[in-house]
Amino acid sequence: MAPSCGTGNHPSSLIPRLFIRRLGSIKAGESLSQECDDSNFQVLDFPGGKVNFSSELRFLSESPLERISCYRVLDDYGQIISASNFQQVRKEIALKMYSDMVTLQTMDTIFYEAQRQGRISFYVTTIGEEAINIASAAALSIDDIVIPQYREPGVLLWRGFTLQEFANHNFGNKYDSGKGRQMPVHYGCNKLNYFTVSSTIATQIPHAVGVAFALKMDKKNACAITYFGDGGTSEGDFHAALNFAAVMEVPVIFFCRNNGWAISTPTTEQFRSDGAVIRGQAYGIRSIRVDGNDALAVYNAVHAAREMAISECRPILVEALTYRAGHHSTSDDSTKYRPLDEIEHWRTARDPVSRYRKWIEGNGWWNDEVELNLRSNVRKELLQAIQAAEKTEKPALAELFTDVYDQVPSNLREQEKLLRETIKEHPGDYPPDVPV
Amino acid sequence: MMALRRAGGRLLIPKRAFSTSLESVEKPQKDGKMLNLFSAINQALHIALETDPRAYVFGEDVGFGGVFRCTTGLADRFGRNRVFNTPLCEQGIAGFAIGLAAMGNRAIAEIQFADYIYPAFDQIVNEAAKFRYRSGGQFNCGGLTIRSPYGAVGHGGHYHSQSPEAFFCHVPGLKVVIPRSPRQAKGLLLACIRDPNPVVFFEPKWLYRLAVEEVPEEDYMLPLSQAEVIRQGNDITLVGWGAQLQVLEHACDAAAKDGISCELIDLRTLIPWDKETVEASVRKTGRLLVSHEAPVTGGFGAEISSSIIERCFLRLEAPVARVCGLDTPFPLVYEPFYMPTQNKVLDAIKATVNY
Ligand SMILES: Cc1ncc(C[n+]2csc(CCOP(=O)(O)OP(=O)(O)O)c2C)c(N)n1
Repeated sequence: MAPSCGTGNHPSSLIPRLFIRRLGSIKAGESLSQECDDSNFQVLDFPGGKVNFSSELRFLSESPLERISCYRVLDDYGQIISASNFQQVRKEIALKMYSDMVTLQTMDTIFYEAQRQGRISFYVTTIGEEAINIASAAALSIDDIVIPQYREPGVLLWRGFTLQEFANHNFGNKYDSGKGRQMPVHYGCNKLNYFTVSSTIATQIPHAVGVAFALKMDKKNACAITYFGDGGTSEGDFHAALNFAAVMEVPVIFFCRNNGWAISTPTTEQFRSDGAVIRGQAYGIRSIRVDGNDALAVYNAVHAAREMAISECRPILVEALTYRAGHHSTSDDSTKYRPLDEIEHWRTARDPVSRYRKWIEGNGWWNDEVELNLRSNVRKELLQAIQAAEKTEKPALAELFTDVYDQVPSNLREQEKLLRETIKEHPGDYPPDVPV
Repeated sequence: MMALRRAGGRLLIPKRAFSTSLESVEKPQKDGKMLNLFSAINQALHIALETDPRAYVFGEDVGFGGVFRCTTGLADRFGRNRVFNTPLCEQGIAGFAIGLAAMGNRAIAEIQFADYIYPAFDQIVNEAAKFRYRSGGQFNCGGLTIRSPYGAVGHGGHYHSQSPEAFFCHVPGLKVVIPRSPRQAKGLLLACIRDPNPVVFFEPKWLYRLAVEEVPEEDYMLPLSQAEVIRQGNDITLVGWGAQLQVLEHACDAAAKDGISCELIDLRTLIPWDKETVEASVRKTGRLLVSHEAPVTGGFGAEISSSIIERCFLRLEAPVARVCGLDTPFPLVYEPFYMPTQNKVLDAIKATVNY
């Protein structure tokens, strides 16, 4: 009855050293190890590595005993947690981080208001996710390619997109780099390595893997980073992207903003895993969970992720725990589906911007006066930008037909001609601020 | 990104003046209440769940009533086992719905916007549509109905405006239905839910709040694959569906002032479609115009045009006119230029009649 102990000349072969026990051939008390060396015997050589055999009928638990812990550097009071393992941020960078977070907040307030007044058609705020936006951007280099969702305009701000450029896009005027074709907040900027936003959830995630593969082939000292929400992790594109990235071994950072809600759907109805972070392991991807409302923790996690992604040419998954403190968009009223005190708690006790401010204040780098100045200057600059953007005419009619292809094909040339005739006949049907 | 609220008056949104639909103006029902389109859909879903314990309603954010409020009150009334949120995954929604339907249930799935139906395309096209045929009739998922808001809304840009009906009309095994008004929506949706075939039901989201008409409170169905002649005329036949019917109706009024008498047909079911009604009308008028928001090239208008030319070649007095969306992605600031507007339709009516 001795099982044959194969020598395993072909360790990666699919004909493994299986030990087949003939039914009923072992008497009670007899042990296999009498006849064959244990170590050889209880291991299956299988593609991907050795697998131990076990005689225990045991299912892998659906969840680990403890939830994956969350990396943080600053406590709730903006003090560095004594044992924390982090890289010091230079004063200059630290202050730019703060002022960009404040600028992002101000942008949100003013554009939101402009939407309410009917001056722009739509808006999405990043309220509650300012630290994620700015600190992750600060940890990257400008050569890293950003493949965003729609709630990361702070990354673009950090990279130097001006308030006027934000306003031009949201008003869809002739200076909008997207030529007025998309809804507001669908920013994109080639020169800042920021791909154009699409409204479709999760479609950008596999793009990032392709981008990262290109960076790898071109031997660039850069990575790709893609952002998405907790809701996005349910789409097939998310899973395809993680699997591709692991198999292709590419330098990409998957940044999940787990903000608790996908419109009205809470994460408990989105997934039953321990958030997004745990999925990394299933795909063979190194992962970390970070406090998304702690700017220093986000900075450090992304900084380290970038180092590993590039030097080891591997994907990294970062899950930032946070809260969508605003409504989903200007089309949403979130009090319909979540308690006010929950929103209030995150807006006050867990606000990432004031927590970070306590830290820079503690360093003696900031005070009330500078704060007031900053806020009032940003506000003024934005109001001016909005006024200018609003007064600027829309892109010319010809742009309706360009960029569908690299050149305008004959069907579109014909349609343009017809349309121009119609406009001549019925000028009143068409908005006067689109030059024909 | 979700339900689009009309922004204030400063936006250049072509106002689609709404006159309550068509037939109801002529013969209001005594027992009906004035309802808008999303409420009529909501009523149909209530009835579907009430009358069939094996009916389920699900999709992204349907639990709290849906981003367009079509599922308001359903979860409270019928419980979270029968009305529920799904994870954010359209292929999952469609695939899950097919399995549920294959077990003899009525699976009423919502795709939040027609623009987001594409991740579910494989499930709908390769699975739902062929489920019966490939099994030799042993299995079917006829209890499946996929509802989804479609079409322009004034400020939806690329991803909250599309009209993808033609893709699905190219798929044998599916039915595609699009209502034009609240009363139509309720009767057609109930018919789709109870039809023993998988149906894609596109709802004109522009009309969710704008369209208001008297809707009978009782359980009623309107026939599938039957077009409706909603206005009789002699000079030209106009065919459309969904929100475009309003534009066509106004064009008819304008044409009447110029002495042109239009016959207006709401196709209602796009596949399998009612050729006979359209053919009979064109035999009478000798002219045909088809209009839809989707891009003109490869749109369902092309199929109608081609079929009618096959059947009525010698009777036609002018080429079939198509007034449709442009062959571009749906553009935000250029929406008024992209759209098949009333004046574009009117010009085409005149050109066809004076051909
Ligand atoms: C493919 C697709 N399906 C549905 C939608 C409608 N939709 C827009 S945003 C959203 C929720 C997204 O939630 P999440 O990914 O968690 O990001 P968050 O908005 O919380 O930042 C949904 C369902 C969409 N845009 N794309």
